[in-house]
Amino acid sequence: MSTIYILWLREVKRYLRSRPQIIASLAQPLLYLLVLGFGLGPVFQSSGQGSYIQFIGPGVIGMGILFTSIFSGIGLLWDRQFGFLKETLVAPVPRLQIMAGRTLGGATIAMIQGTLVLIVCMVAGFRPQSFGAIPMALMFMALTAIVFAALGTAIGSSLKDMQGFQLIMNFMVMPIFFLSGALFPLTNLPTALTVATRLDPMAYGVDGLRAAFIGLSQIGVATDAIVLAIVATLFLILGARAFSRIQV
Amino acid sequence: MIHVENLVKTFGEVKAVDGVTFDVAKGEIFAFLGPNGAGKTTTIQMLTTLQRPTSGSMKLDGLDPVTQQLQARSTFGIVFQDPSLDGELTAYENMELHGVLYHVPRKVRGERIELLLKLFELWDRKDSYVKTFSGGMKRRLEIARGFLHTPKILFLDEPTLGLDPQSRNQLWTHVKHLNETEGVTVFLTTHYMDEAERVAHRIAIIDHGKIVSVGTAQELKERTGADSLENAFLKLTGSTIRDERADSADQMRQMVRMWRR
Repeated sequence: MSTIYILWLREVKRYLRSRPQIIASLAQPLLYLLVLGFGLGPVFQSSGQGSYIQFIGPGVIGMGILFTSIFSGIGLLWDRQFGFLKETLVAPVPRLQIMAGRTLGGATIAMIQGTLVLIVCMVAGFRPQSFGAIPMALMFMALTAIVFAALGTAIGSSLKDMQGFQLIMNFMVMPIFFLSGALFPLTNLPTALTVATRLDPMAYGVDGLRAAFIGLSQIGVATDAIVLAIVATLFLILGARAFSRIQV
Repeated sequence: MIHVENLVKTFGEVKAVDGVTFDVAKGEIFAFLGPNGAGKTTTIQMLTTLQRPTSGSMKLDGLDPVTQQLQARSTFGIVFQDPSLDGELTAYENMELHGVLYHVPRKVRGERIELLLKLFELWDRKDSYVKTFSGGMKRRLEIARGFLHTPKILFLDEPTLGLDPQSRNQLWTHVKHLNETEGVTVFLTTHYMDEAERVAHRIAIIDHGKIVSVGTAQELKERTGADSLENAFLKLTGSTIRDERADSADQMRQMVRMWRR
């Protein structure tokens, strides 16, 4: 338990100490919110879908969580590079605990980041439907954060160096984001795209967040929660396996 | 305490460790002496569960580092050759984290950390981020950290690299003290002949992944008819200069160093 805690604490401390990075990582969601929100807003409204800012608010919050959690997992590569990873790998504690501490730490900072994005969104004009939905929103934030922190750990454990990073970014993280329905409604899509979006775990996270924040769900809250929980378990197992096999 | 038989590790075409066999008795200080790329670090990495051997067998206090990883890890402590600190944490936090990972009880932990940071003259800087430390200070911190818990076996992979003479002296005094009072078995690698001669009970000279000769410093000198350990070493390993294998991780580290300057 103390192993999980100390590694969790390490992740959180490192995050809180990198203030410039926190601010920089708020810029991207903000850009999406403001430029797309106001740029596409009129078109969205005239097609009878309501306010676009309201629609992409949860998507942008999800985006903040997705990026932060997946990158925290990939941060393992930096630890490998700077040598700190070895220090934890030879310690007489189960690697599962090390992996759990790191992943929970990553998920925690992703939730903090998601909350910061929410605040920024609210400053920009986004309004959650009611504060009673906060527990549900937090649950979906946590589930999404765990899913992608675990995925990040699995990737970070499998990559040998930073060269694969760009590949992961372009062929994994961006598609996960674009297919999640963060930016557009997942209705009336071509069949192929519908299938692709249903295979994207982020779609369930965004749908759940949207249900919590603005009461709009295209998949169903129960399905969202169950799918995320199953995927989280799967990725945690995958991440733990990959982590336990690391060689330096 | 350490038993290694016919250990082989290949990286693609290269045989980094090529059929190494040796035994280290309980309470012994055993040194691996060899040129760059001789297979010293790879051997340590296999013994400490960081690399899986291609073939051969190993035992640490009767435990197999391949099949009984966790139990094997609890027998040893290690000071790595290359950096292994978290630069974004303070010196104290790095020590604390290590103490937790190695199950040093909370009460003892605080006392030991203070003692060791004072011993290696880092106490004044305990709350500074490690990234602000000089190379020598980082090295001292790694060594202080290595002494935080008392393992059965202590691996020291070129521990004195980049250390000033004072810290070097401090280190070996401490190693000898641990060896004599606690019976800690020590396995070390070094480039410095005088250190090997001073602290090690037995020395193995390793080259091209193979052990060329094993014995006390005296025996090695007698065997080669050399007047000093250095000459014995040169006689056994030749005088050509070796290149170390640079893998992608090393290249990446080099790149980072380049950007950090």
